[in-house]
Amino acid sequence: MHPSKYRQPKTVAEAKRMFTDAESASFLSGGHTLLPAMKLRLASPSDLIDLGSIPELRGIKVEGRTLVIGAATIHADVAASPLVQQHIPALAGLAGSIGDRHVRHRGTMGGSVSNNDPAADYPSAVLGLGATVVTDKRHIAADEFFVGLYQTAREPDEILVRIEFPIPEIASYAKFVSPASRFSIAGVFIARTGNSVRVAVTGAGSSGVFRAIGLEAALAADFRSQALAKCAIDPADMLSDQNGTPEYRANLVLVMARRAMENLGITSVYK
Amino acid sequence: MITVSMAVNGEKVTREVEDGTFLAFYLREALGLTGTHVGCDTTQCGCCVVLMNGTSVKSCTVLAAQAEGATVTTIEGLAKDKKLHPLQRAFHECHALQCGFCTPGMIMAGVDLIETYPGVLTAEVVRHEMEGNLCRCTGYHNIVKAILKAAAEIRPATVQDPVE
Repeated sequence: MHPSKYRQPKTVAEAKRMFTDAESASFLSGGHTLLPAMKLRLASPSDLIDLGSIPELRGIKVEGRTLVIGAATIHADVAASPLVQQHIPALAGLAGSIGDRHVRHRGTMGGSVSNNDPAADYPSAVLGLGATVVTDKRHIAADEFFVGLYQTAREPDEILVRIEFPIPEIASYAKFVSPASRFSIAGVFIARTGNSVRVAVTGAGSSGVFRAIGLEAALAADFRSQALAKCAIDPADMLSDQNGTPEYRANLVLVMARRAMENLGITSVYK
Repeated sequence: MITVSMAVNGEKVTREVEDGTFLAFYLREALGLTGTHVGCDTTQCGCCVVLMNGTSVKSCTVLAAQAEGATVTTIEGLAKDKKLHPLQRAFHECHALQCGFCTPGMIMAGVDLIETYPGVLTAEVVRHEMEGNLCRCTGYHNIVKAILKAAAEIRPATVQDPVE
């Protein structure tokens, strides 16, 4: 690993100053993606600015019909939160299905969402629930936030503060994971509020997380798993790697969508 | 260089290390506590699991600087008054180790599980919750058995079906 200077700001303003003053800084959250990447020398920031000691970035609360989660909240806290379990149980289940229990004690929601790994779980919930990503500068709708593989609308010096999730009538998440890496080969997050249905897919798309518009229309007309029978996913939009061909993934997305509909209100994991 | 202080196994320690020093190497090299093993150094295998502020972490993926001020427990800190921790004893009694390399991480992860899992511990739950720890001797069956045995001693009301 190339040497980096470690900095520990106590406020967002201090973190911003440290970032601006450094030669090529990176923000550090749970570190469970960035630190392994640094070991592989895929990243070598001059300064690591640790966001883990900034109280305003942590915490979970409900405001009206919105669930608000601080960006530096760890996966284990989201999974165990009575508020999340009560209002969006599929989101609590999703957080509790990430990595393994030790990873969930360190990894953070904001870190996962900012990294936008094409197989990460959180981006599908943020997009599927139509959440709003709040940074120190602005509010960004989920539809504008995720730009492509490992790419988001976040600017380099911008800090995620919290994510605001509108509470849906019902949501569910189903994923098929690689038994070795535990990352999704296909994960489908479905949320319904009134007549609106959103379906977000992770793990499968060649440009990262995406909304399956055809599935949304079918489920908006008839919110049952049978409504998916005539739907199709185009293999041309799918990832291809050692875990599966584009055709396999296109089919798996439909299977996971069906399983999500058959297990409404929870997260189900298949392997 | 950076000065990092923490409480390890009940003792306050302070060492000056490189900024990029991981907790596992702070424990092993700066403090000489070589019970914490580094198997893969890529956050997969769990040999380096220690308790930090009461919960399990993979110490190969936490910077020592991130543990500034923390309370850390390693495998060396489990036995009290020359008596093994119930899970250490159960590993011995159930023959839950072969080569022993993964054992410190398995035991620290098992202690975290027994102390913090909110529901009922069953063999299935233990297998699922121990996914972050790999044993290349593949002796998982006895590891699960040992964790359930110790759990039955520590929290008997919330353990089901010890394997035998």
